[in-house]
Amino acid sequence: MKKQKLVMIGNGMAGVRTIEELLKLNSDLYDISIFGSEPHPNYNRILLSPVLAGEQTLEQIVLNDLEWYESNGIQLHTGKKITQINRKERTVTAEDGTSETYDRLLLATGSLPFILPVPGNDLPGVMAYRDIKDTLEMIDVSTRYKNAVVIGGGLLGLEAANGLALRGMSVTVVHLAEWLMEKQLDKTAADLLRKSLESKGLKFLLNTATEALTPNASGDRVGHIRFKGGLEIPADLVVMAAGIKPNTALAESAGLHCNRGIVVNDTMQTFDPRVYAVGECVSHRGTTYGLVAPLFEQAKVCANHLAEYGIGLYMGSVTSTKLKVTGVDLFSAGNFMGGEGTEEITLTDSIGGVYKKLVLKDDRLVGACMFGDTAESTWYFKLMRDMQNVAEMRDTLMFGESNIGDVGHQGHNKVAGMTDEDEVCGCNGVTKGAIVKAIRDQGLFTLDEVKKCTKASSSCGSCTGLVEQVLMNVLGTDYSATPRKKFICGCVDLSHDEIRQGIRKEHLISQEAVRSQLGWRTPNGCATCRPAINYYLISTWPHEAKDDPQSRFINERAHANIQKDGTYSVVPRMFGGLTTPAELRRIADVAEKYKVPTVKVTGGQRIDLLGIKKDDLPAVWKELDMPSGHAYGKSIRTVKTCVGDEHCRFGTQSSMRMGVELERMLFGMYSPHKVKLAVSGCPRNCAEAGIKDVGIIGVESGWELYIGGNGGIKTEVAEFLCKVKTDEEVREYSGAFLQLYREEAWYLDRTVHYLQRVGMDYIKQKIVDDAESRKALYERLVFDLKDAPDPWKDFERAGVDVRQFKTIPIIEVESV
Amino acid sequence: MSELTSQKKWIQVAAIEDIPILGARVIQAKETRIAIFRNTENEVFALEDRCPHKGGPLSQGIVHGTTVTCPLHAWNINLDKGCALEPDEGCVKTYELKVEASLIWLNSDCLSEF
Ligand SMILES: Cc1cc2nc3c(=O)[nH]c(=O)nc-3n(C[C@H](O)[C@H](O)[C@H](O)COP(=O)(O)OP(=O)(O)OC[C@H]3O[C@@H](n4cnc5c(N)ncnc54)[C@H](O)[C@@H]3O)c2cc1C
Ligand code: HEM
Ligand code: SF4
Ligand code: FES
Repeated sequence: MKKQKLVMIGNGMAGVRTIEELLKLNSDLYDISIFGSEPHPNYNRILLSPVLAGEQTLEQIVLNDLEWYESNGIQLHTGKKITQINRKERTVTAEDGTSETYDRLLLATGSLPFILPVPGNDLPGVMAYRDIKDTLEMIDVSTRYKNAVVIGGGLLGLEAANGLALRGMSVTVVHLAEWLMEKQLDKTAADLLRKSLESKGLKFLLNTATEALTPNASGDRVGHIRFKGGLEIPADLVVMAAGIKPNTALAESAGLHCNRGIVVNDTMQTFDPRVYAVGECVSHRGTTYGLVAPLFEQAKVCANHLAEYGIGLYMGSVTSTKLKVTGVDLFSAGNFMGGEGTEEITLTDSIGGVYKKLVLKDDRLVGACMFGDTAESTWYFKLMRDMQNVAEMRDTLMFGESNIGDVGHQGHNKVAGMTDEDEVCGCNGVTKGAIVKAIRDQGLFTLDEVKKCTKASSSCGSCTGLVEQVLMNVLGTDYSATPRKKFICGCVDLSHDEIRQGIRKEHLISQEAVRSQLGWRTPNGCATCRPAINYYLISTWPHEAKDDPQSRFINERAHANIQKDGTYSVVPRMFGGLTTPAELRRIADVAEKYKVPTVKVTGGQRIDLLGIKKDDLPAVWKELDMPSGHAYGKSIRTVKTCVGDEHCRFGTQSSMRMGVELERMLFGMYSPHKVKLAVSGCPRNCAEAGIKDVGIIGVESGWELYIGGNGGIKTEVAEFLCKVKTDEEVREYSGAFLQLYREEAWYLDRTVHYLQRVGMDYIKQKIVDDAESRKALYERLVFDLKDAPDPWKDFERAGVDVRQFKTIPIIEVESV
Repeated sequence: MSELTSQKKWIQVAAIEDIPILGARVIQAKETRIAIFRNTENEVFALEDRCPHKGGPLSQGIVHGTTVTCPLHAWNINLDKGCALEPDEGCVKTYELKVEASLIWLNSDCLSEF
């Protein structure tokens, strides 16, 4: 088939990102040509600020070198500005007459700096700050002249002013509004910012409007700037940073509908179906964007449609801002000013130079503005994007997530305070310096890219927040995905929720059906999506969907826990932590017979036999004659119990009996992640029920139920759900909660993550207030677990492939 | 094995049906453990059962396309070449095999090195 022709106008960040995404999806569909008016390949415009400040070189900020275009078969026309689009003939023509025809056209023309309409704005020495040319000119001027004036106290203006000051110029920032960065900061934060910049030597004129620029004595370039009211100051260089406007002239001349920007729909298509547009030049649902993160989301959606997959919609973005001035720590996102129907929580320490403001609406965080200490900014931004209910953390919200404890990176919670040698990722030994270097040199933007290139945050994930902060500090904004939408993996552009809904709505009962009907790009998925789909299938359609052992992680396929040397551990199940002399004898016999190197008591009140060869597993299970524990699966793990009222002098309830009953009830339960329970016989809580997914504590008049506890990477204390009277109620309420979690949580979310996402009110409503809903949930759990097979005995029914336990010997080798 | 006798010698190791689809079986050849993989295209591959990262048993991983994901720390290893996919680096020994009449044969020349 003949390839179609794709032409792109504008060789900048949003456009080239779209091409990259397209090539990832399908590299054979189009012959691609790119026109760019700048004489450079695509570079990282964001990093012009550190270049101006002398912290980086131009070579370092190239994102796609010429070799990239060539090796992807892209025809690149640098230094050629397109002046005409003929939509009837489907051609584009450049200033120098170069012309190309297209089947699809992509507009990514960015924006133009806004130049104040004042007399003298065309004098030499008056300029904007947008591209490499401007940056080089500013660097050159700074070596020859003294006085610089920057018009505009926004993000761009302040970064320009900071850079020029570092290059030795005396810089004054002129700003029309009452305070700096009024679109991103409230007055309190802006005042702190001004003070901090003043201490670096910058001068400010707020509430000031420019009237005219006047030439110097010799009349060859700008010499002074005059303001309304008559004040005049010397200026050898005037940088206009008073805003940008979408670059739509070309699109308008081609008759494409524009309204401030080029108007596109949710698939990034303009009013001409052959023409797409992305980047700062577009207007989507009435909004234009001037930061890179949302543009990259647009790029992803646009690429998907260009590749003719036709899935994925761009729904707009929540953006956040961070000023890239070394030594100034500032963050703002969302509705930071507040307003009707909102509440504010603030913290001010004017001596320490710290200010934080959080804006809440309907128990959700909708805005944040911080100065001096932005360590928690990525967490706040995540809460905003996920629209998480924060009612229960209100008291501690201001102090951030870090006061909950976090292990694995020497207790660091703030990257600002870390040196380049400090380790960010304890699992893979990645330092802060290595991450910064990778972001800058390899042009990384997202957490996933950093994970891929440096391995940081790719194992346990506890340092994710730190890596996000490093990204934010280097790039000045947060590049995480669109609100509430995170794709499951690289195989498909669907979120966990969308996959779940698809499985339910279309009544899908096999992996193949899910992949073919929901648009997977890979033939059999990957190690990330397959286990998740398998779980969604069997939990949505129990006794009907086909369990696929090859899509399960090895522990659930071999029903034993893999060890680092490839041997396995076996943890015989002792319901509720109770055992008998006969069982102990059998365990001892097996341990001796199979020369088990290590026998250990676990944290979950079980005995662990470590170091068993895979081929020995069936015999070991048989001789133990006990079901093994799912001590490793995404499933019910253990129910810990304390002694309780059968022996303990403090006991009020029979915790052992309760625990055994619960563990029997939950036998064979698979779940989004591991599930641990504990039952204590009185509030002394010897079974440590406070850090379990479901913790049950006996009191004189019944039982208290706690949910969402976790003792892992982040210790989370379980929250009180309700109090019940009878044993039957304990089973029903805790079963119903676990079923709700099983039905609604995303794969690999622990109960605490699920709880944080949906909020305690929602869970109480489903489990406590609404008896019908509770009963229905409980019944579904019981139905699912009915006749759960014992995978350590009933291989056939449990679908265990026993071939895996037989190593094939080669005998002839000796004779060769 | 000397140059003179370099006529390939094949050993039959298993029937293709013995290997689970998107799974693997392990062959013990003296000290060496070799994993035989099979994918949905009915292609089979033989790799030493030792991940180039920290020696994890690749045979126990999840197989997708022509890749296996190591069960220990999730490196992705290409089954054809035996090399880790980006960003990881390292290769594991591969073995020549052929399928004839649904039987899998391993080239024993490479085995004798051990
Ligand atoms: C100094 C500076 C600092 C910044 N800092 C940040 C930051 O910290 N965080 C952040 O998120 N964003 C920042 N930005 C903004 C960010 O760089 C832009 O949002 C982003 O580059 C826009 O991408 P784009 O592809 O839409 O436009 P551009 O990257 O501007 O690309 C458009 C390209 O199209 C070319 N073009 C236009 N018309 C034509 C035509 N007719 N024919 C051929 N070519 C044409 C232009 O020359 C240009 O190269 C900063 C910008 C600047 C200037
Ligand atoms: C006022 C506080 C406490 C009192 C009076 C108390 C008392 C007791 C008693 C009487 C027993 C039963 C011993 C037996 O006969 O076997 C016990 C068991 C135990 N206690 Fe406590 N305890 C208290 C707090 C705690 C706390 C805070 C922890 C841990 C965080 C804890 C951990 C344990 C453990 C692990 C057991 C063994 C339970 C089992 O496995 O059966 N205790 N405690
Ligand atoms: S929790 Fe209460 S009942 Fe249970 S062992 Fe501790 S003191 Fe005894
Ligand atoms: S041993 Fe294979 S990934 Fe570590």
